[in-house]
Amino acid sequence: MILQNILQNAWLIPFLPFLTFALIGLFMHRWPKLSAALSIAMIAVSFVLSVMVALVVFGNAEGVVYETATRWLSMPGLRVDMGLLIDPLTAVMLLVVTLVALLVQIYSLGYMHGDPGLASYYAYQSIFAGSMLGLVVANNFGQIFVFWELVGLCSYLLIGFWFGRNSAKEAAKKAFITNRVGDFGFLLGILFLQVIFGTLNFSELAAAIPAYANSGILIGISILLFFGPVGKSAQFPLHVWLPDAMEGPTPVSALIHAATMVAAGVYLIARAMFIFNTSAPTMTLIATIGGFTALFAASIALVQNDIKRILAYSTLSQLGYMVMAMGIGAMTAGMFHLMTHAFFKSLLFLGAGSVIHALHDEQDIWKMGNLSKKMPVTTWTFVIGALALSGIPPLSGFWSKDEILLGAFAGGHIGLYILGTLVAFMTAFYMFRLIFVAFFGKNTAGEHAHESPAVMTVPLIILAVISVLAGFVGSPLMNNAFAHYVTFAGAVHHEANLTVMAVSAVIALAGIYLAYLVYQKQVIDHAALKIRFRGLYNLLYHKYYIDECYAWLIKHFIDGSAKILEWFDLYVINGAVNAIAAVTGRSGYALRYTENGQVQSYALYMFAGIVVLLVSALCAVFSALA
Amino acid sequence: MIGLAHYLIFASLLFGIGMFGVLSKRNAIAVLMSVELMLNAVNINFVAIEKFVTPGTGLGHTIALFVIVVAAAEVAVGLALIISIYRHKKSVNLNDFNLLKW
Amino acid sequence: MSLNDIVFIALAGITLLAALGVVLSRNIIHSALFLVLTFLGVAGIYFQLNAGFVGLVQIMVYAGAISVLIIFAIMLVMDVEPDQTNLFNQSTPTIMAGGYVSVLLAAGLAGAIWFTKWPLSAVQVGDQGVEKLAGMLLGPYVVSFEVAAILLLVAVFGAILLAKGVEDK
Repeated sequence: MILQNILQNAWLIPFLPFLTFALIGLFMHRWPKLSAALSIAMIAVSFVLSVMVALVVFGNAEGVVYETATRWLSMPGLRVDMGLLIDPLTAVMLLVVTLVALLVQIYSLGYMHGDPGLASYYAYQSIFAGSMLGLVVANNFGQIFVFWELVGLCSYLLIGFWFGRNSAKEAAKKAFITNRVGDFGFLLGILFLQVIFGTLNFSELAAAIPAYANSGILIGISILLFFGPVGKSAQFPLHVWLPDAMEGPTPVSALIHAATMVAAGVYLIARAMFIFNTSAPTMTLIATIGGFTALFAASIALVQNDIKRILAYSTLSQLGYMVMAMGIGAMTAGMFHLMTHAFFKSLLFLGAGSVIHALHDEQDIWKMGNLSKKMPVTTWTFVIGALALSGIPPLSGFWSKDEILLGAFAGGHIGLYILGTLVAFMTAFYMFRLIFVAFFGKNTAGEHAHESPAVMTVPLIILAVISVLAGFVGSPLMNNAFAHYVTFAGAVHHEANLTVMAVSAVIALAGIYLAYLVYQKQVIDHAALKIRFRGLYNLLYHKYYIDECYAWLIKHFIDGSAKILEWFDLYVINGAVNAIAAVTGRSGYALRYTENGQVQSYALYMFAGIVVLLVSALCAVFSALA
Repeated sequence: MIGLAHYLIFASLLFGIGMFGVLSKRNAIAVLMSVELMLNAVNINFVAIEKFVTPGTGLGHTIALFVIVVAAAEVAVGLALIISIYRHKKSVNLNDFNLLKW
Repeated sequence: MSLNDIVFIALAGITLLAALGVVLSRNIIHSALFLVLTFLGVAGIYFQLNAGFVGLVQIMVYAGAISVLIIFAIMLVMDVEPDQTNLFNQSTPTIMAGGYVSVLLAAGLAGAIWFTKWPLSAVQVGDQGVEKLAGMLLGPYVVSFEVAAILLLVAVFGAILLAKGVEDK
């Protein structure tokens, strides 16, 4: 009985944050402390509910699937429900989102202390949490799209939270507009689904899709649908918004631009795997784009100096990993990595926020240094996060990354396997470059730093513990429990391969050791390397000039066509309208002289009109008589 | 034999004369007098049709009486207006009354 | 040609000539006097049409009251030589156009009247006096009657207000 009750009431999980948003927005914005307390309390309740849902779902040996829906919009040819779909995939996402959101909101109490916009900050955080949870529990594409756009809006609001800064405004606009490109394709794909299959519901679509397997129309639809994740999960070539999104407050970067929202794209691919799985070319495309993004972003991260940007490119790279996993059919591995990544990457971002906070908004790693003495908690939790990200056993990142590499290796995608291993090496290198420079360097800029308050360090410690332990649920040590539940019918699970494990562990350690040599021992002079490979360095430092390319394209093509259209609008459309107005005006100007103010002339026109009517009536009558 | 048509034609001639006065005279009071001519012409129509088409009903006479009442009111207000305008413009010449133009 | 016809022709001739006099006189006092003559002629036509009461009202209201009112107004506003008081409009084309329109309208109406087949009634009744009118005005048309009374009242107020003018403070 309690099982049914908790699943039936699971709609409260997304609803409570929405309620918080409404309450803060309408009544409580004058009391920022109260708003923050309410927001944290509500997300805590959502978290507890999510834990209960997870207990119910994973308490059953086969996993529970529960679906309910209510009609939201109905018109001929289109029906959109607001539904609730609880299955193991949803349960995992609910846990991750509510837990990270809860910890980030607690952490924000310290980080955002004294900010004049604290109440709206918590309002935005709440609506983001609500939208993200609504997206996760959606049972149809219409609902997913609604919440998809809502999280995009929250992203816009929170990136531009410090809207007084021009760079923040620009970054918010960039994020929003770049996402529009992806969402355009996503929406088109959804509409095609509605037109062809007449439904947007996942289970109904899953029943209808196999008949169309590998047909041209399905390949087209699945590629259009993939546009959405490309934009939201910042895959190449729409990745440009994510690094700039670091203009927002750091806890926001941790929650939205590392752990949850950017993972929505990956989640969507997992949720819609029944569509992608039936279209081999799309899967290849997904794997290729994911793998390319992973390598591409990791290489940029090697040379960046801004602590948050390094983490942003790292996020891009890891999202590329997940998308690649989806593309090679290893959906379980991708979701597993999504979960572990959410924990250790939010840990890393919150740690970076702690550093930035302590150094009064300094983000350049070369202006940090020797922070380990002053900020031990931040330092060691950050190191744990970095170790997990680098894939050092037995931390969580090792298990999930290993699953992906194993999937690629066992699935015969040797190219992607080598690429993934290379990225793992680069990941370890750039993370420990960051750590050795910022936390252990000899630079004394960090002299005046001080450890952050407990409200910030406690979430760090909690996340660090989870980052260490979360990997075991999917490890061979626990019989691949994760894979048992979160799986897709078409995917096969591969037996653990000790070679793959050993290679990835060794290569990660090699990356760390190289970073140690270069940046700590300085056996190899990094400044000399920089000069030696100046061309490559500049290419990477300027992010492959992608932004510049886009700017050039926009300047020459978009602006050019806009000019043509502007001309057309000004002289053809406006011209026609103005011509009509001018003719009317001129004729009025000419005819107004009939209005001479003389009563008698008006009377004359009137009687003349009567005479005309009379004469014409007489003519009609006489011609009828004759 | 004089019949209805003769009365009506007589009325329309009177109407035409009144209308010519309205359209061509300069003095506002003369225009008002011409309007009275036109109203009289209309009244003749009512009374004549009462006699030849609907005898004994009293309808035409009733309407003629109403027309006379309204005409009396119209003359009173019209003359008051003319006097009022004259007080401002020192003129009753309609050609001077062209305030309401482009 | 019966006596009735001769009386009609005489009355109609006098009335039309007097009406022309109203329009064509150069002295507005003459116009007003011709107007009185026109009203009397029309009253005669009413008598001839067995509408004695309407004729009496015509004489009292039009030839009596309205004429006096008009002559008072003329005296109040007349400030030039009497011979210059009732000229035609300055613009000749306007006069010409007015003339054409008037002649065309009168001719058109006359033609229409002449060729119309009127649903004449064979019944002959004499002058029914005032009882019939009283029955109509206090019977089916009582509301119109009261409205006409209110109209007169309002017109009197309006005329007084307009003619008196608003005093500047």
